[in-house]
Amino acid sequence: MAETVLTNSGQPTARLEGWRGIAADWASDQRAFKNVSWGKAMMWIFLLSDTFIFSCFLLSYMTARMSTTVPWPNPSEVFALNIGGKHIPLILIAIMTFVLISSSGTMAMAVNFGYRRDRVRTAILMLVTAAFGATFVGMQAFEWTKLIREGVRPWGNPWGAAQFGSSFFMITGFHGTHVTIGVIFLIAIARKVWRGDFDVERRGFFTSRKGYYEIVEIMGLYWHFVDLVWVFIFAFFYLW
Amino acid sequence: MTNAAVHMEGQLHAPAHGAVATEAVHTKGQQHPIKLYLVVWGWLFVLSTGSYLVDYFGLQGYLRWSLILLFMMLKAGLIVAVFMHMAWERLALAYAILLPPIAVLVFVSIMVLESEYTHFLRVLFFASPS
Repeated sequence: MAETVLTNSGQPTARLEGWRGIAADWASDQRAFKNVSWGKAMMWIFLLSDTFIFSCFLLSYMTARMSTTVPWPNPSEVFALNIGGKHIPLILIAIMTFVLISSSGTMAMAVNFGYRRDRVRTAILMLVTAAFGATFVGMQAFEWTKLIREGVRPWGNPWGAAQFGSSFFMITGFHGTHVTIGVIFLIAIARKVWRGDFDVERRGFFTSRKGYYEIVEIMGLYWHFVDLVWVFIFAFFYLW
Repeated sequence: MTNAAVHMEGQLHAPAHGAVATEAVHTKGQQHPIKLYLVVWGWLFVLSTGSYLVDYFGLQGYLRWSLILLFMMLKAGLIVAVFMHMAWERLALAYAILLPPIAVLVFVSIMVLESEYTHFLRVLFFASPS
């Protein structure tokens, strides 16, 4: 036990290149992720597990779509909107994509200003990100309402294969939940940034630990992941 | 054991020299000019417009699928590499996170075979093929 602790000296060790570096970092009796805090490493590992969850949803959708003998509803038509008398295919989903990408952009800049200890700009950019996220969830609620009114159910729909509804509600519902949790997370951290918790190293309410500006980057990892998942949902569910 | 635990706590929380050094290095390591983020943001817009236009112009077949996958991979790569800072992390972390999803591709190939078999049986025994 004592030796284990001693090897965790926290000193950055010499950095080897390529596979030798990976082997050296993993092989010895020490922490594998140097100069990455446990909070960041754990967020990455959580995101990896979340990747598998979304992969399983998309895989079950693929399996359902490939194995059914009933024609699959055309998403280009299903998600079309009439705007100003014009019939535009998939327009709502395109706008949602742009909203989410914009939120990723503001989040990335919030992380940057956080590391520069620019308290006000960081908080404002995080709140803008949260506003984009809330807009996205609102548009998704509109989309769900529209489809439910048109008769889409998890067990059937007017246009074709019954599995369309279950795949749609499962995949977009789970993604929307992630966005909603992200918005709450963003507002909570933005409040701490605004209040200056990370400048005075105020201790957290639940954990009694000091916070650092790194939490903004960890929060950002989660938010970019939500955007990343949407890239795959957009490609496979809406465009394919 | 108790001593060791206390020692560990000290390592994690006390602003000891080592921890401060890593923190400082880290903070410096993730300083990139704002312009980089704006450029990536712009590219993500361009690529998203590209994938939307694939649908708008109604491209079909292999051209459609390859374009969708191309735009998807480019967007995902930009987000992970720049926005999530994976390009600047140590390879030990990058490979630990980026390699396991390859198992998903194996799963995909298994399920493609499985669903083609299911489709074949359904055509054979039940409905008229789509």
